[in-house]
Amino acid sequence: MQSLGVLGASTLDLLAFAPPGWGATLLRGLWNSVLIAVGAYGLGLGIGVAGAYGKLYGSPWVKDLLAIYTTLVRAVPELILILILYFAVTDAVNQMIMAFGGGRIEINGVVAGIAVLGVVQGAYSTEVLRGAILAVPAGQIEAARAMGMPAGLLARRITLPLMLSYAIPGLANLWLTVTKDTALLAVVGFAELTQATRQAASTTKAFFTFYAAAGVLYLILSIASTFLFSRAEKWARRGQRRTGD
Amino acid sequence: MPTPEETGAAAPLAIAVRDLRKSFGTHDVLKGVSLTAREGDVVAIIGGSGSGKSTMLRCINFLETPTAGSIEIGGEAVKMRADGTPSDRRQIEKLRQSLGMVFQSFNLWTHKTVLENLIEVPVHVLKTPKAEATARARKLLARVGLAEKEDAYPAFMSGGQQQRAAIARALCMEPRAMLFDEPTSALDPELVGEVLQVIRALADEGRTMILVTHEMKFAREVASHVIYLHNGVIEEEGPPDALFGAPKSDRLKQFLKSVS
Ligand SMILES: Nc1ncnc2c1ncn2[C@@H]1O[C@H](COP(=O)(O)OP(=O)(O)OP(=O)(O)O)[C@@H](O)[C@H]1O
Ligand SMILES: [Mg+2]
Repeated sequence: MQSLGVLGASTLDLLAFAPPGWGATLLRGLWNSVLIAVGAYGLGLGIGVAGAYGKLYGSPWVKDLLAIYTTLVRAVPELILILILYFAVTDAVNQMIMAFGGGRIEINGVVAGIAVLGVVQGAYSTEVLRGAILAVPAGQIEAARAMGMPAGLLARRITLPLMLSYAIPGLANLWLTVTKDTALLAVVGFAELTQATRQAASTTKAFFTFYAAAGVLYLILSIASTFLFSRAEKWARRGQRRTGD
Repeated sequence: MPTPEETGAAAPLAIAVRDLRKSFGTHDVLKGVSLTAREGDVVAIIGGSGSGKSTMLRCINFLETPTAGSIEIGGEAVKMRADGTPSDRRQIEKLRQSLGMVFQSFNLWTHKTVLENLIEVPVHVLKTPKAEATARARKLLARVGLAEKEDAYPAFMSGGQQQRAAIARALCMEPRAMLFDEPTSALDPELVGEVLQVIRALADEGRTMILVTHEMKFAREVASHVIYLHNGVIEEEGPPDALFGAPKSDRLKQFLKSVS
């Protein structure tokens, strides 16, 4: 009986690495998920730093453009954004290639996933980083200006390191969000962890076993990253007096 | 070599501010003030709260953009547009590197140790070799009595220690002149003395300084010239003994009575 398989020897068989076990498929899915999450997170941070500075110090039209971007992305459900961006971007790229006389191509799922989730992450990062930059004591930035530090160096050596301690809790949340958002890429048929799990489950009909296994993998990922982020926060707060934590 | 005082020749101009005006919106904070500091001068700026002392000081290194007037540092005129904004960003950066500013609230960088605070700009902006900057920083820390604190983070030091470190940080740039904006106003009374002692030593070694302060006794002792600012205008100025000993204007008389 399948429902008892959870506890029986067949569970181990199902999750074995060697075929007909699905362990390798699940781990490959996890690897893809992590890859996309890391890429999208990095892209999001890049957009976020630029976006935060643009929102704070940009010209009026830069500010308007960024306001539209962050408002739209944060208002529309991620799933819909992914469908729109994925199909729109794939289509646009193909149109362009065909316009130059090339044939239709299949877009690399990892790259598309990173691009799509990165654009979504960028909007949230922009807000987190903007708030963190505002939290940096103005006097410390002024001291650097008063010593003749050029703006780029000042951002890199003073403002950004100082704002990290304020940004890391928010950035940690964003990381957990993006690891879970990778599951949404299943809707476009990309073989990340959730998609791999779905495939395994529907082939073997051992739904509980595989979804539970996937859940455990997501949980491990989340616990490991929470640990790493708390280490990072401690480092970013070097030099600050502990305030009751 | 005889000093300029001995020969009777005037020392070269370090800072010259002429007819400086500054408004925030419709609020005219400085209504045409001038100031000259020759090498070795200690100019003290006194006045009531809101009289424009900080604004005047901050205009000198363009932390505030003047509305009108001219500023000359070491004989070099700052290039300004008609609306007072500096037109040469590089020139402003160079000028700021030659003016060591000390703030009321210290403003040390909290993510860096004391030593890292001191060598940050010399190493990364002025491109001083790290070993040289470190050696200079250690000497300065010893001078301000913080030799043991080079690896401490600012948040773990007293206000007096932080302010002395901030002074050392400004000195580590080897500035032409120092600008102090109420350097002891944020300190507990028992910590004021140790900071004033450091500033006095700088005055004694002939450093050019502009000092905004509420410490009247100290101003009288170290200043070579005192400016009394009231409502954005220089109400009275002169040598400290004349200003404090025999004030002419009623406002200054009243002000001195109110702070003593
Ligand atoms: N950034 C600003 N925007 C608007 N008004 C300002 C700004 N900075 C200063 N002011 C105003 O300019 C006036 C002079 O301020 P300033 O800080 O120069 O006074 P101060 O003489 O240094 O006073 P204090 O002894 O309290 O430090 C005040 O009325 C203040 O409110
Ligand atoms: Mg002031």
